[in-house]
Amino acid sequence: MNNKNTLSTYYVLPYIIFSVLFILLPLFVVLYYGFTDRTGHLSLANFIHFFTNSRTIGTFFYSVVIAFLTTLFCLLLAYPIAYILAKGVYRGRHSFLLVFVLPMWINFTLRVTALKEILTYFEGNIAMHPFFNTIICMVYDFLPFMILPIFNSIVKLDDSLIEAGYDLGATKFQTFVKVIIPLTIPGIVSGVTMVFLPAMTNYVVLDMVYNSTYIMGSLIGSYFSSYDWNNGSIISAVLLIVIGLMTIISNHLINNKKW
Amino acid sequence: MVNKKNTIFSNLIFWLVIIFLYFPVLILAFYSFTDASMLGQSKHFSLDNYVTLFTESTLTSMMVSTLVLAMVVSVISTLLGTVGAVSVYYSGNKVKGFVDFTNQIPVVNADVVTGFSVCILLIVFCKMDKATCIPLVLALTTLCTPFVYLSVYPRLLQMDDSLFEAALDLGCNKKQAFFKVVIPQISGGIINGFLTAVTLSLDDYFITTYTKPASFDTISTYVVNATRGAQTEIKTALWALSTVIFLFVIAFVVFTNMGDRHEILE
Repeated sequence: MNNKNTLSTYYVLPYIIFSVLFILLPLFVVLYYGFTDRTGHLSLANFIHFFTNSRTIGTFFYSVVIAFLTTLFCLLLAYPIAYILAKGVYRGRHSFLLVFVLPMWINFTLRVTALKEILTYFEGNIAMHPFFNTIICMVYDFLPFMILPIFNSIVKLDDSLIEAGYDLGATKFQTFVKVIIPLTIPGIVSGVTMVFLPAMTNYVVLDMVYNSTYIMGSLIGSYFSSYDWNNGSIISAVLLIVIGLMTIISNHLINNKKW
Repeated sequence: MVNKKNTIFSNLIFWLVIIFLYFPVLILAFYSFTDASMLGQSKHFSLDNYVTLFTESTLTSMMVSTLVLAMVVSVISTLLGTVGAVSVYYSGNKVKGFVDFTNQIPVVNADVVTGFSVCILLIVFCKMDKATCIPLVLALTTLCTPFVYLSVYPRLLQMDDSLFEAALDLGCNKKQAFFKVVIPQISGGIINGFLTAVTLSLDDYFITTYTKPASFDTISTYVVNATRGAQTEIKTALWALSTVIFLFVIAFVVFTNMGDRHEILE
């Protein structure tokens, strides 16, 4: 046990300093800018502005809707795929998993460009179906991030539990709802967290197919372009609160596996 | 009967999604070898897009910048993340608890927020000059390092501590024992961490936009600007770029899979 201390603990300093300076400090600075005005005085004006201005609060709810739909469709597509990969005919053939993961390694802006060209070909003018196109492009971009964690949790699922479900008289559907889904909740939750937040903030996808509308990320982008650090910071702060809440909820769901 | 229907339905989704994922990239690859400026146009075989891609100076310079930036960031992140993981492994629980907490932040945080907050700290608060590229490298390193740490740390947990003791008993000094015993056992995690860092920095748009010098472009920022401009020659040259990357990724996956089937999935 004392051997654990044979490498001097002072080697840990670079990492601690890095974490404090570049991970924690930027967040505090953002909070500071979010809750001060241009002259540096403490102020709630930005915060109140965010919740009372119809543009910003509207953008917030719009982002939530886009993110919710994207996450939902990703989940509906990813679950059967992950299940087939883990337990179906392709079980144990990891090269099939790679087929779904490989697109992640192509730059996402190029992938979205490709899809945009295809949509333009089929729809003529893609500006006619902006909402539909946004959701399609978002799902296209984020699907692999949903498949991977769900696959990892289905792979770990013990087959004998499924068989036990059948032996005890459950139908296929009952087994799926009462045995398989609850046991793969951790995978679903981490997939949802990996998709929901980027979908709320990835305004590049939206910019490329849907030039006129805003989500939370685009607000930061536009405040950044106009050097409005205080209002940009309050958007970041609101997003940090959303992230914090999601992390707390997902940790709770992942750790409470007894249902 | 119900079972059969379910299987057919799932299989349908399975293959449709494969088509959905690959169809756009493949169609674009096909048209990149023609002189068409839009999909569906009548066309003749042509390598013009590839010639433009590798001769037009803005295109070549942004590709070189992207690669150099990704390499610099990945090397720094890999060193820092590995040193971090090893040193935290040999430290007390308090340090570990703290690092476990801070590491989660860039992983779960939206890239927009990570990029914007580092920009606020370094460029707005510390008045650092963007043109030096230092804010850019630091910001991307902040994103990548925790991922390296998280891929190295589990390897340390799998490691047998007695091997390190044995090396010391057999007359190694700590430095030798570290490089000859510890490092080889965690090398898989270090390589995976490095590859993750490369992927993250090649793919990044948001952190780069908020911290890059005005005239500097990576693939992501270039493509986003190009789609706004819609200059045909550049647009079709980007089809060629997407094809080159696609072929490179396939070659890489085939190559690493021949080498070791398990490594890449872990």
